Amino acid sequence: MSQRQRADSTGSLGPDDEVMPYSDDETDDELDASSEGEPEEPPEHQPGAQPPVDTRASDLGWSVKSNDRAYHQLPEFQRKVFLFIKKSKYSGNGIKTYKYNALTFIPLNLFEQFKRVANLYFLGLLILQIIPAITTLPWYTTLVPLVLVLTITAVKDLADDLARHRMDKEINNRKTEVLLDGGFQETKWMDMQVGDVVRLKKNDFVPADILMLSSSNPNSLCYVETAELDGETNLKFKFALKITDEKLQQEHQLAQFEAMIDCEEPNNRLDKFTGTMQWSRHSYPVDLDNILLRGCKIRNTDVCHGLVIFAGADTKIMRNGGKTRFKRTTIDILMNYMVYAIFALLILVALGLAIGHGFWYKHIGSLAWYLYDGKTYGSLYRGFLSFWGYIIVLNTMVPISLYVSVEIIRLGQSKFINWDLQMYYAEKDTPAKARTTTLNEQLGQIEYIFTDKTGTLTQNIMAFKKCNIGGKTYGNPMTAKGVPLDRGKPVDFGWNPYADPKFEFMDHSLVACIRSQQDQETLEFFKLLSLCHTVMVEHKEGELVYQAASPDEGALVTAARNFGFVFLNRTQDTITIKELDHEATYQVLALLDFNSDRKRMSVILKFPDGRIRLYCKGADTVIYERLSPHSLHQETTQTSLDIFANETLRTLCLCYKDISQAEWDAWSRKHTAASIATRDRDAALDQVYEQIENDLLMIGASAIEDKLQDGVPEAIANLAKADIKIWVLTGDKKETAENIGFSCQLLTDNMKIHYGEDVNEKLRVRQALRRNVAPTFGNKKKPAEPFFPEAGKNALVITGGWLNEILYEKKKKRRRLRLRRLGRRTLPASPTDGQPINDFEKEMRQVDFVDMACECEAVICCRVTPKQKANVVSLVKKYKKAVTLSIGDGANDVNMIKTADIGVGISGQEGMQAVMSSDYAFAQFRYLERLLLVHGRWSYIRMCKFLRYFFFKNFAFTLVHFWFSFFNGFSAQVAYEDWFITLYNVCYSSFPVLLVGLMDQDVNDKLSLKFPKLYIPGQKGELFNFKKFFISLFHGIFVSLIIFFIPYGAFLQTMGQDGEAPSDYQSFAVVTASSLIITVNLQISLETSYWTFVNCFAVLCSMAIYFGIMFDIHSAGIHVIFPAYFTFTGTASNALRQPYLWLTIILTVGISLLPVICLQFLSATIWPSVGDKVQRNRKKYEMEAEEEKRPPTFQRGGGSRRSGYAFSHSRGYADLISSGRSIRRRPTVAGGARNSIREGENI
Amino acid sequence: MMASGYNAKEEDGHHSGAPGNGGAGAVKSKKPDNTAFKQQRLPAWQPILTAGTVLPAFFVIGLIFIPIGIGLFVTSNNIKEFEIDYTGIEASSPCYNCAQNYSWNSTSSCTCKVPFTLEQPFESNVFMYYGLSNFYQNHRRYVKSRDDSQLNGDLTSLKSPSKECDPYRTSDGLPIAPCGAIANSLFNDTLELYHLSNGTRTAVVLMKKGIAWWTDKHVKFRNPGGNDNLTLAFQGTSKPVNWKTPVFELDPNDPDNNGFINEDFIVWMRTAALPTFRKLYRIIQKKVDAPTLASGKYELEVSYNYPVRSFDGRKRVILSTISWMGGKNPFLGIAYITVGSVCFFLAVVLLIIHHKYDNRCSSADIPN
Repeated sequence: MSQRQRADSTGSLGPDDEVMPYSDDETDDELDASSEGEPEEPPEHQPGAQPPVDTRASDLGWSVKSNDRAYHQLPEFQRKVFLFIKKSKYSGNGIKTYKYNALTFIPLNLFEQFKRVANLYFLGLLILQIIPAITTLPWYTTLVPLVLVLTITAVKDLADDLARHRMDKEINNRKTEVLLDGGFQETKWMDMQVGDVVRLKKNDFVPADILMLSSSNPNSLCYVETAELDGETNLKFKFALKITDEKLQQEHQLAQFEAMIDCEEPNNRLDKFTGTMQWSRHSYPVDLDNILLRGCKIRNTDVCHGLVIFAGADTKIMRNGGKTRFKRTTIDILMNYMVYAIFALLILVALGLAIGHGFWYKHIGSLAWYLYDGKTYGSLYRGFLSFWGYIIVLNTMVPISLYVSVEIIRLGQSKFINWDLQMYYAEKDTPAKARTTTLNEQLGQIEYIFTDKTGTLTQNIMAFKKCNIGGKTYGNPMTAKGVPLDRGKPVDFGWNPYADPKFEFMDHSLVACIRSQQDQETLEFFKLLSLCHTVMVEHKEGELVYQAASPDEGALVTAARNFGFVFLNRTQDTITIKELDHEATYQVLALLDFNSDRKRMSVILKFPDGRIRLYCKGADTVIYERLSPHSLHQETTQTSLDIFANETLRTLCLCYKDISQAEWDAWSRKHTAASIATRDRDAALDQVYEQIENDLLMIGASAIEDKLQDGVPEAIANLAKADIKIWVLTGDKKETAENIGFSCQLLTDNMKIHYGEDVNEKLRVRQALRRNVAPTFGNKKKPAEPFFPEAGKNALVITGGWLNEILYEKKKKRRRLRLRRLGRRTLPASPTDGQPINDFEKEMRQVDFVDMACECEAVICCRVTPKQKANVVSLVKKYKKAVTLSIGDGANDVNMIKTADIGVGISGQEGMQAVMSSDYAFAQFRYLERLLLVHGRWSYIRMCKFLRYFFFKNFAFTLVHFWFSFFNGFSAQVAYEDWFITLYNVCYSSFPVLLVGLMDQDVNDKLSLKFPKLYIPGQKGELFNFKKFFISLFHGIFVSLIIFFIPYGAFLQTMGQDGEAPSDYQSFAVVTASSLIITVNLQISLETSYWTFVNCFAVLCSMAIYFGIMFDIHSAGIHVIFPAYFTFTGTASNALRQPYLWLTIILTVGISLLPVICLQFLSATIWPSVGDKVQRNRKKYEMEAEEEKRPPTFQRGGGSRRSGYAFSHSRGYADLISSGRSIRRRPTVAGGARNSIREGENI
Repeated sequence: MMASGYNAKEEDGHHSGAPGNGGAGAVKSKKPDNTAFKQQRLPAWQPILTAGTVLPAFFVIGLIFIPIGIGLFVTSNNIKEFEIDYTGIEASSPCYNCAQNYSWNSTSSCTCKVPFTLEQPFESNVFMYYGLSNFYQNHRRYVKSRDDSQLNGDLTSLKSPSKECDPYRTSDGLPIAPCGAIANSLFNDTLELYHLSNGTRTAVVLMKKGIAWWTDKHVKFRNPGGNDNLTLAFQGTSKPVNWKTPVFELDPNDPDNNGFINEDFIVWMRTAALPTFRKLYRIIQKKVDAPTLASGKYELEVSYNYPVRSFDGRKRVILSTISWMGGKNPFLGIAYITVGSVCFFLAVVLLIIHHKYDNRCSSADIPN
């Protein structure tokens, strides 16, 4: 809290900038459920406010008794599950993610499938067909396709569920030692229960949420890796309560441990835990530092003991999983609307025809004696029956196989993504993985990308790259003699037994300089690096392993180690290092730790020879203010700092100061006084630190590279060309985020960067303006004026604290909460003009913000919580109606990955959380380019082509019945043979279009990448929308018209060449069907732009199969066996031997196709799209692409002056190191320190 | 010219190296296979519609369609066709009285004589059709109302016809053979043709066999229990309500044309596609020396049994010769000529448009 206060007092940007405003990680679903019961609001930023976590008795509804399994089955903990079946509210530790078992699969799966409207519709149709009065088509015309569709889907579901079964089994059968009957026994995870005492070993996964009791480390510390939870790879520590640490080390002690834990109900907040432990009539507070969460991994700790508090589904990680949102693509939604439109059309057409039948019957049908059917129905009732008859006949307008075909295509697309070699990351053996198979075409429509920074854009590897020592810059490739090299050859650190082999440095001259031991400043530089830090060391099998609070610090200490200044050991008050050839132990007098306001850390050391010296490293801005006027190298260092900054390296200034004994004594007293202060101790300490950190003398500056992943700037540049906006959402600090923004070319020097206050001002003006013109409500559609009228590129850099203002009260759900709060408290008092005063204006401000942000080329949000990340995504989704994609690697990205239309996880890292909740996963950010521009674009184009054609083909097929109706008394007589209707969609017309949906490419992958503009039609949804749908509809109508009326004209009064039965119904059916099959197959040939032999084969096969099956069905043999089912005997052979009918078929096909060819040609000539142009000149471009290499790498820097300081460092372990744990016992202080370490400000 | 080409097999992506773990095959790598299919670079032909392909295509189609059309049109025009309506609607019509007085119950048949003149002689085989108009033989219920098993000689179906035949399934408790509405409404006018020359009235010989499809006569339609004794075979069945004679007396003189395999019956059972239709009735064999039907006066003698007035139907008799493309129908010829001309015209229009706009496409600057 005191930290927050300080931030405010320094008067930085309005709301606190450095501290995450809050981090409630509730998902929206849970917000719904819990908003009533949880009147707790996000903590305010008022100075001196109470800590957000106040322990009220009502919260503690969860009690756990150690070593007493029976306790948790007591009736008062029973909960009604179903009727009289009651269950304990404490979950077991087994997890269940599968849906079906052997018995329930068929009924449940069928139930699931019939929840789909389309399947239900066909079931209804099937029932209609069984009713004799209205059946117009035999039952098999619907049953055969329906069974096929259901089977395919069921098989797919089965495969999915089997995989889930396997996963569950694997996890549930992991083993851990549980204290049972007085001793530890190996137990499966699924058999663990709440209240069990467990023993965990090094590198074990924590099986449940566990209260730590003791560990083999001193003070019962325990290190855990939380990669599975939040993606951070640096270790966190947890510790046991002092009392349990002392009394529960032995097995028999643990067996007799009888305590009662009262704590909060299970929830999903990873950063919060409150509870108390009652043990032998004493009560001890328990908080998150004592809890090991499921999913963590025990590190550097041989054995630790704990008590299970939450098991299985109650654990925080499971609660955090949330419900997986069911994502649907825009095409899906569109497709559903279209199916509804077709339904409506179907009903309208059937209604019209039914009315027609009514009239026909009245005027003609009732007079025709030959049609007498012995029934006395009136024309109205006959019309009604005819309506249902037509519903059945025309049902093929709604394509039954549409959904299953779409599924097949998507499955294929996903496979192609999985198989793509160019998205395979060989170093980690990680291929790309499409985890969902339902979203592929949406990849071709992305407008906004929200990306995490650490681990996504960057590798989260810090590399010591350059330094400036005493005014001289090292780090450019150089020989030992100082001659510049074009290409670096890494320095050989073979002379140093402690060297880390992974460390690379190009400048040989620096090593030469050190080894000669000539330059005192160089030695001092590395000595500082090896002494002034909070890194912990561990000797593991003779190797040194450093545990740093941040990767920056790790990089610096590792650099010092390689250059011969090896940090060997530290105790509470000493540091031992090896200085080139001898070891030296320094006494640590004080450790002035880092925090984000001080932006520096210092250490005061007593040298072996008695000198006292302060070493300090920190941000250039902070250090320069505190330099002694006598300090050397100020100018030269500044110059190289600027150069480093332009190279987007992260810089730190290093300096020192000698302190006399008297000075030390005086300061030391103040320090001691401050460190035991009871109120505002941190502020007091900071003030004391300030007094000693002055008159510093500059040694030099270090430059660390936050390594970007390969190809990130190129990928970002290419995506930007495709009109995709990229927003970086990061928990990192502003400097770090901005730095990365520059290094990955998201921000450039010619951009105007706007910060929070600037934006606030603009929003306020806009708000005031709107208020002035508010009464005129009429002109809603007035195009908003741009926020940035000036020409040039803009970028936005905002922080979570600021964002909170915008997002605040975003949801209507919270209104009730707010009202309740209003009763208690007055509004934050700032009714300045332009501040929103009601919900409407708040919403308008959100709209304004989104509009403004979307005008910018780049948006960077730093210090945002996972919740805010998700909120930003949903803000854009809501107000821009845009298709969004989130990409991230850690658990802090899960929320945003789930919120966005498409979530992408970076796989191959330690943490799996992001990947598990993502839709696509691959190892490198740069693959996103290929995923979107190649796979996404292809998938979109293929799907659109498929849908357009599919609708067309069914209209063309079905509407022939409609035209025929006018000539058969609207009697619902079909124009084709029943078997043809049954097999049309299944056999005769689906394979070529499926292949187009799977394999078509208008241009190849290289050209797709070369011309990112090709991506834009997808974003605009140009290839499939209602307009295209209606074009397909009209195309279908046109073709059906031709297919009916040309044969009609030909049949009207003719006879066969041998005079025999010239114009019978069956020959007519064969002619229309043949024309249709040839037309639709040639039509798909026209649409196919990538003709492989498979396509060719499929088109020819479809036609061959049609004729083959037709001749079989019309053969004599089959009629003799089933005379009632195959009644078209001999029709095919009799009809198709007439040249006249062939001429009819050719004419029909010709008239159906020629206009299409003509229009396609015209549109490509008069209004060529980018795609058309690329296609036209494909060969030329391919040649060019062959010749030219990848464009030269981006130039860095343009001469701006900005600070390169960016230290992704939280408060280090200084407290832990220097003061043991005594400080941490006091809860008021612990708040700030704990938060900073746990939340790890370098997310 | 089609812009086309084969995708050369591209070089592998930049990660061609196997992951550096273990020896060959020791650790199973997750690396996807580098096959043309999986990498989506199957060799392919990528045609696009260019002026070079579309314009010649249209010209060629025009060039092919117009001659076909002309051929069809000329052929169609060369066919001689003569049609008389004998429904008897107008009072002047010879069959007016028959049409007025007709009822299903009348036992004696009404005969009327329709004179007509052929202006030109008919060469080669002449086909005689009867035509009905406004007769919905394609009505759904009507089309269904038959039992193909029964017609195929199935004995069980003979005794218990399919439900589809209702209400013409049974009569007086006996199964109807042939059952159903189609059979029940069998066209039963008898048409005879007489040549009037120099006051003499000579009957024209009409062939009543060879008018049905071979498959129909030999596969689809079969008499139950062989053809030996039809009276026996059909014992226990009833004749269709509207019929005057039972099925086994359709052509008592020719056992090969009797029962279900009577060709008039078969022709009727092959339902028409449209409400106006013709059905082949008789064939007039060509004569060696003289035209089959010389020009001159003729008389059509109709025994008028079939009522069509109730539903405004028309009955016609058509005499026609036949060419390779069938009967007279100018539609297809005209259609071909029209389409061919349109193609030609379009080709010219497209050529102009192409010249005007072509630079839009070939100016290959794509903003990047």
